[in-house]
Amino acid sequence: MNIPLSDYLMLSAFLFAIGLCGALSRKNAIIVLIGIEIMFNAAILNLIVFWHYKYFAVPTAYMFAIFAIAIAAAESAVGLALVIAVYRYYKSVDVDEMTSLKG
Amino acid sequence: MDHSEYLQQLAWQQWLIPFFPLVAAAIQSLLKRPARKPSAALTIVAMGLSCILALRAFFATLGSGEHHEVERAIFNFTWFKFGTTSLELGFILDPLTAGMAAMVAFVGFWIFVNATGYMADDENFTRFFCFLSLFAASMLGLVISNNLLLLFMCWELVGLCSYLLIGFWYFKPSAAAAMKKAFITTRIGDVGFLLGIVMLYWKTGTLNLYTHDALHPGALEQASALVLRNGWWGLSAASTIAFLVFIGAMGKSAQFPLHVWLPDAMEGPTPVSALIHAATMVAAGVFMVGRMYPLFIAEPGSWVPDFVMWIGCITAVFSATIAVAQFDIKRVLAYSTCSQLGYMVMALGAGSLVAGQFHLLTHAFFKALLFLGSGCVIIGTHHEQDMRKMGGLRKYMPITFVCYVIGMLALSGFPLTAGFFSKDEILLATFHRNKWAWGLGTFAAFLTAFYMTRQIFMVFFGQWRGGDDDHGHGHEHHEPHEVPWNMWLPIAVLSVFALFMGWLGTPWFGGNLFHHYLAPEEVASEHSDMVLWLSVGVGLLGIILGWLIYGRKTMVHATDEDPLATALGGLFTFLNRKWYIDELYEATVFRFTATCAMFFRLVVDKLVVDGCLHLIAKVARGISQIFRWVGDEFFINGGFDAGCEGVELGGEELSKLQDGRVQNYFRVLSLGAAVLLLIYFFT
Repeated sequence: MNIPLSDYLMLSAFLFAIGLCGALSRKNAIIVLIGIEIMFNAAILNLIVFWHYKYFAVPTAYMFAIFAIAIAAAESAVGLALVIAVYRYYKSVDVDEMTSLKG
Repeated sequence: MDHSEYLQQLAWQQWLIPFFPLVAAAIQSLLKRPARKPSAALTIVAMGLSCILALRAFFATLGSGEHHEVERAIFNFTWFKFGTTSLELGFILDPLTAGMAAMVAFVGFWIFVNATGYMADDENFTRFFCFLSLFAASMLGLVISNNLLLLFMCWELVGLCSYLLIGFWYFKPSAAAAMKKAFITTRIGDVGFLLGIVMLYWKTGTLNLYTHDALHPGALEQASALVLRNGWWGLSAASTIAFLVFIGAMGKSAQFPLHVWLPDAMEGPTPVSALIHAATMVAAGVFMVGRMYPLFIAEPGSWVPDFVMWIGCITAVFSATIAVAQFDIKRVLAYSTCSQLGYMVMALGAGSLVAGQFHLLTHAFFKALLFLGSGCVIIGTHHEQDMRKMGGLRKYMPITFVCYVIGMLALSGFPLTAGFFSKDEILLATFHRNKWAWGLGTFAAFLTAFYMTRQIFMVFFGQWRGGDDDHGHGHEHHEPHEVPWNMWLPIAVLSVFALFMGWLGTPWFGGNLFHHYLAPEEVASEHSDMVLWLSVGVGLLGIILGWLIYGRKTMVHATDEDPLATALGGLFTFLNRKWYIDELYEATVFRFTATCAMFFRLVVDKLVVDGCLHLIAKVARGISQIFRWVGDEFFINGGFDAGCEGVELGGEELSKLQDGRVQNYFRVLSLGAAVLLLIYFFT
């Protein structure tokens, strides 16, 4: 089965749009975090696809993808920890309520 | 080695003589207070080394005068240069210096030994010995210098040490006043000395005394040339300079109008009085005149030598009369020192360098002896200085008594003692110069014998009167006692010299040895039996009169009136109050100075200086007020405020963007990315 490169890129762009939508429109901090993670995975998918179609002979290339996944995991852990910390303080995870930095 | 080469080498090594005490002073300034033994040991060892070196130099010069001229070795060197002028310093080794340095080091050494006993209970022992070493170093430096600059520096240093040591017990107000008085009074003389030095440099272009160089002759080698140049007051330059430096000598050697500091200087510890105010520093003036002597005698017929002689003569008689009526054991000796210094100055003025310097040396020995003896008495009687409260010490302090009597006989000019020969020389020289001065000098000799006899009888004979005023404080404790060996040994050594040193200057045994040694070119005064017998006669008369008044019937109680006071009445009070000289100065010089000061304070300071200052201040304030309103308030403050407000406003507006709504940030970010994408696609 021969799937063209453009299909993957379309999927990746679609995922990115979904993630962006979620991150921008939802008020729950955890959902925002999930949106960001989806955008992240769209970017990683792009990376893998380009590697597979263009530079398959270079094995080191997809190490970048694995590396990015690891960083995304760490980033989401930090993000969740922040959400918990914020919740302990505000008793809420609504991002619109966290406005104490207002000028 | 050739003798003159040897002398040359010794002249180069002269600097070692003051070097050891100087190092000792430097080390002692770092010692801690309880380090008494190291301090005393250091001082005495350093002084001993200096003494050995000075004696070596002295013995090396003994052959001088064999060819009827003085052998003089010098060593000059450049201290520093600025531009084309170079400042030179130098050392000298000639009989005058060698004899004086040997005397200073030798007498100083024994005084230091005595001081270890005198100061034994003082808590500032190390400070005392530090000052004493510094004094010894500067005094020896003064003696060996072949350069007026070096001499003047050491001259001021000995003045400083004198100041520090007079005020050693500075917590006593009288000592603090005395130290200032000594310093300021000698400073008046030093102005004259400094003027003389400046004039000498102006007229000769050098401050070296001797150079042994025909191309660049030293100042004293130009004496005959200076006679031909004009000075001030119708004198030749040589005599003017001589007059000016003599003013310095008058301050240092406590000559008549400037004598007032010396008796007050007795506030210092007694070894200081012995060393500085009897044997060495006060003699520095006489020594300096002796050193500059070629200038004094260069011009025949100038009035400067006569002036010198009369100042000496007046001081000799005047101080002797005061000494007669004093009750403080040290003050009698202080006025006696003034009087004897007057003798030396009189001899120099009368044209006999030999007689003046010889009396300087013998006097240093017996006056140091008398002062140290009085120190022993003061220690032996538990710090009593009033002769009325002494008496009968002959029994308690036999060694001190014997030595003191020897010193007294030498000072009185008792036949065959040291003072006899030197005083006789002076009177002889004065006799040939001026009969009136000689008469007054002989009268002073009579007074000297009289007041010394008075002192001996008051202090050592009769009965102990010190117990009179202690009611039940334990009589035994106040009983006088003999002093320890380190105090009596020095006076015993000095009394040997006081007895026999005069033989160096006797006209018997084939001529005056000292004359031959010091100044073979000087014409010896013609011998006169009349002068000799008269001076012996008045000396004995003074002693006999002293015995008649004070010896036959001694005082019984400390409150008894002095028999002389009964006889003389108001005159005695007048003498006791020192001719009211201090009061006279108080009424004239001090009053005048105070009035001037008041005038300057009220008129010059308050009105003129303060007025100018206030005017300047007002103008400055006015100008600054203008700058404040226009420049500061308007431009600088205004501009600055505007800038601040702008920044504040901008910050307020911008901070509204940072409202903490994370999703807003994100939206802006996404919008930006979208715009970038669109730009990418459509271009």
